[in-house]
Amino acid sequence: MDISVINPILLVAALMGAATPILLAATGELVVERAGVLNLGVEGMMIIGAICGFAVAVETGSPLTGFVAAAIGGAALSLVFAFLTQVTLANQVASGLALTLFGLGLSALLGQSYVGVKPPKFDDLDLGALGEIPVLGPILFSHDIVLYFALALVAAVWLVLRFTRFGLLLRAVGENHDAAHALGYKVVRLRVLAIMFGGACAGVGGAYISLVRVPQWTEGMTAGVGWIALALVVFASWKPWRVLLGAYLFGGITQLQLNLQGAGVAIPVEYLAMSPYLITILVLVILSADKSAAPASLGRSFHASN
Amino acid sequence: MMRLEKRPQASQGFAYATPLLAVAATFFFGGLLFAALGKDPVEAIATIFWQPLFGEFAFYYRPQLLVKGAPLVLIAVGLSLGFKAGIWNIGAEGQYIVGAICGAAVGLACYPAQSALIFPAMVLAGALGGWLWAMIPAVLKVRFGTNEILVSLMLVYVAEQLLASMSLGLLKNPEGYGFPGSRNLQQYPSAHNAELIAGTGMHWGVVAALIAVIFAYVLLARHRLGFAIRVTGEAPRAARFSGVRPVRLVLFCLGTSGALAGLAGLFEVAGPAGQISIDFNVGYGFTAIIVAFLGRLHPIGIVLAGLLMALTYIGGDIAQSQMGLPAAAIQVFQGMLLFFLLAFDLLTHFRLRLGRTEAV
Repeated sequence: MDISVINPILLVAALMGAATPILLAATGELVVERAGVLNLGVEGMMIIGAICGFAVAVETGSPLTGFVAAAIGGAALSLVFAFLTQVTLANQVASGLALTLFGLGLSALLGQSYVGVKPPKFDDLDLGALGEIPVLGPILFSHDIVLYFALALVAAVWLVLRFTRFGLLLRAVGENHDAAHALGYKVVRLRVLAIMFGGACAGVGGAYISLVRVPQWTEGMTAGVGWIALALVVFASWKPWRVLLGAYLFGGITQLQLNLQGAGVAIPVEYLAMSPYLITILVLVILSADKSAAPASLGRSFHASN
Repeated sequence: MMRLEKRPQASQGFAYATPLLAVAATFFFGGLLFAALGKDPVEAIATIFWQPLFGEFAFYYRPQLLVKGAPLVLIAVGLSLGFKAGIWNIGAEGQYIVGAICGAAVGLACYPAQSALIFPAMVLAGALGGWLWAMIPAVLKVRFGTNEILVSLMLVYVAEQLLASMSLGLLKNPEGYGFPGSRNLQQYPSAHNAELIAGTGMHWGVVAALIAVIFAYVLLARHRLGFAIRVTGEAPRAARFSGVRPVRLVLFCLGTSGALAGLAGLFEVAGPAGQISIDFNVGYGFTAIIVAFLGRLHPIGIVLAGLLMALTYIGGDIAQSQMGLPAAAIQVFQGMLLFFLLAFDLLTHFRLRLGRTEAV
């Protein structure tokens, strides 16, 4: 075993990549949950995004078009969830599970002819001299545009939730939908918008796995990232910047265990591969004591007649 | 204009009708899906739902109905208890795997001794393994308030890695020429969960499933604990006033569903599957969630739903080999069924009114 083959600078640079799918999905889910909706279908929307993005990128030869398609695919699937929970008032937990089961099946069906295909290469941004700064260059300035987009998205979500009227409305709907309704705001419309935003983010996150991280299409390739993203929102106490922190923590663990596998550490591969899930549980345990930050209407159905 | 009006009481009629409506809608949209894949929809549906029961080779497929249905029913009955009380164990797949590993490990440890006690010991170990795996989310929820949905699901991925590790390492067949996977329990009479009546598909797992169904029925209809489960799901506040202890309920519901999932895993590994291997689990733990909902969380309903789902598995296999229908299409079909069920459930609690709203 030789741990010295792990280069800390490359590790940090790579963990940003590993964190991006979780970060995108968790940011989307954060907005959904702040609007008072619990969508457990993140995993399903991610895998649909992964295949939509992959297929479109292969067909058009443009990864960016793929990412747009992934956002559309994720949002389209989330509309099914929106219909079930907002229009037919179905149980949100059950509907989210259904979305994940359906998404996994549908993605496998759509992806049949894409197994073993190589997607077009998605280049890192060329930031010129910035990328050549020692240490900071490889860490901060040698990534692809979607990674920066994810960071910008966290900032944007924070700004909107905190400083805009729309963000205030969204939070009001999530905290007390009856009061928001009584004041004349469209609870269902806002929630559907939030759910679609969450779907689009999850879709892009999924496509980041199939187009950048792996890059390849295999069935069930998201392997629980969507669920980790859900845990991350709890971990972050529904605050955007903490989502960023948490995503990097998980990205770091994922990347480190991959590197340890590569370095041939004496721990069997299977036990290393368990670690992200075990650490998710551990973090959930440590942070579950405080639930005060949860939106008050989270997971409750709203109908004007009640 | 169409609008919804809340029913003063949930409609009994629709509660029974919605699963049927959902199945009908799934047939229709599933047919469209098959047509979109370039297959004749009528032929596809007939292949999936008619051939296993009444086709030429039905004598071969009918026993499969019990083989595939038993684990689904066994798991779903356990899950339904928790779902009724708002306790969400969605990690049955993991408990199923761990139950199979523990049970098989006991059997393999005794190899090649022959004794009538080995199989019962394996059954116990299987149930215990599933129970312990489910106790992790249960204890964490009770002690720290951790979300049981996320923890039980995370443990599925952990269990899958454990399964891989076991079939490549500890439980690997020493005489298997280096291939992954354990010894085949079907060739070890003391540990083999054989058919009780040859050619019927009836093995101990089917018996266990029937016993579980009867127990669940009696529990929910006649026992105080069943009452506590129902009240907690329908009116948590009222439940607390009536003296229900939520901690006990969480431990009981998660523990029971885990033990039943573990049992299902053990009966599968000692019977139809025969050995611990990397791809031992085929998603029964997740399909059982659909079964539980489709059966309206009612033990008898779950039996019917379990048989229907088993039928889609068997028919799906036939359609795959005869018509080239992709396996994933069946998964989509099953997912659709749950969607339609959830959507139609609206009619149980609400009335659709046509026409304009009267001024209040």
